[in-house]
Amino acid sequence: TLAERTNLAGVQHILLVLSGKGGVGKSTISTELALALRNAGKRVGILDVDLCGPSIPRMLRVQDSAVHQCDSGWVPVFVGQDKAIALMSIGFLLERPDDAVVWRGPKKNALIKQFVTDVAWGDLDFLIVDTPPGTSDEHISTVEALRPYQLLGAVLVTTPQ
Amino acid sequence: SSSSGDEALRDKRARILSRGLPKQKPIEGVKQVVVVASGKGGVGKSTTAVNIALALAANDSTKEVGLLDADIYGPSIPKMMNLKGNPELTPKNLMRPLKNYGIACMSMGFLIEETVPVVWRGLMVMSAVEKLLRQVDWGQLDYLVIDMPPGTGDVQLSVSQNIPIAGAVIVSTPQDVALLDAHKGAEMFRKVHVPVLGLVQNMSVFQCPRCKHETHIFGADGVRDLAKTLGLDILGDIPLHVNIRETCDSGQPVVISQPQSDAAKAYLKIAMEIVRRLPVTPA
Repeated sequence: TLAERTNLAGVQHILLVLSGKGGVGKSTISTELALALRNAGKRVGILDVDLCGPSIPRMLRVQDSAVHQCDSGWVPVFVGQDKAIALMSIGFLLERPDDAVVWRGPKKNALIKQFVTDVAWGDLDFLIVDTPPGTSDEHISTVEALRPYQLLGAVLVTTPQ
Repeated sequence: SSSSGDEALRDKRARILSRGLPKQKPIEGVKQVVVVASGKGGVGKSTTAVNIALALAANDSTKEVGLLDADIYGPSIPKMMNLKGNPELTPKNLMRPLKNYGIACMSMGFLIEETVPVVWRGLMVMSAVEKLLRQVDWGQLDYLVIDMPPGTGDVQLSVSQNIPIAGAVIVSTPQDVALLDAHKGAEMFRKVHVPVLGLVQNMSVFQCPRCKHETHIFGADGVRDLAKTLGLDILGDIPLHVNIRETCDSGQPVVISQPQSDAAKAYLKIAMEIVRRLPVTPA
């Protein structure tokens, strides 16, 4: 099947981290969740689709890393103490970590599709998808691109305010 | 000759490309527009925008101030300004802004139910922002404060391409990941030729209400360092205080409900610093 031949074929469960509101801790929780699952012996990947404010590379101290190409597409950056968590973020594609990404929807959609289909994730138990605030292009495109795969569900993060 | 042919082709291409971009046109009756942005979510843009609008009016009672909530996805202004309801339409089919505390307000939140999400792609958002800018009967305003959504995308581009902006205020907490986004926000304004008036360091320090011990929950002085790097001024420093959040949640922002408090005074000072940095307009 098409799914078997794609880069997400080896991913067992996909988990979205959403909030609506900004600044409530989506990236922090995505990162800690990934580390906790790794601690529990799972194979984990993180996909950071916050194109305007990618925080995860900095949180895992890999903001200066670069991504490489392989036969099946981009090779994710491996992070964590045992370098076993796969991470993909637009942060790795910028020339400088503080370059601004000022794009309209269609360009964002194109990159998100690529992040979903052209990253060689390998065999993962969990792929955690960190999203930006809002309910916009990034979210619509991510869900649409992930629809053919095992989308486990979403975790909603909020503060009491 | 071929070189004049090349130049003619370049000119034609430039003209065709520029036809696609919206023409920048001021909003009728609005003298100066100040945008409050950040890049990062949850650093206090709306809280700051609301209190700045109130402070601008409090500092000079002769000035008329408006507040536009451009956060289409998560409009906070209705709650913070204690306003609800659908806007009326004028005979010219413009929406009448809702007013409270003397400030004219418009928000996506007035046009949809509180719990209904706006799950729209960029193109629809662009047209919604146009409506909130141009199809509102703002009247005569000295200042229009625009509360931006987080990010550096469609809304920010649409607003800055549509109307002339007198200045941008960038809000950030001292936290590293917030500063990273604030830096991107500042660069975005540079790209679209909007002058950045300065930075506001928000949630800078927390003082325990019992023992008065101070904790820099989000780090210390990060915004000052960023300001230095970018060559920008710090317009003000606002502590993380329960009062500020509580008063906003209850629709009585601190500048109005506790004008003698340190927090209110901090916002009044920021408003003063903003006015000092804006170009002087003809009366």
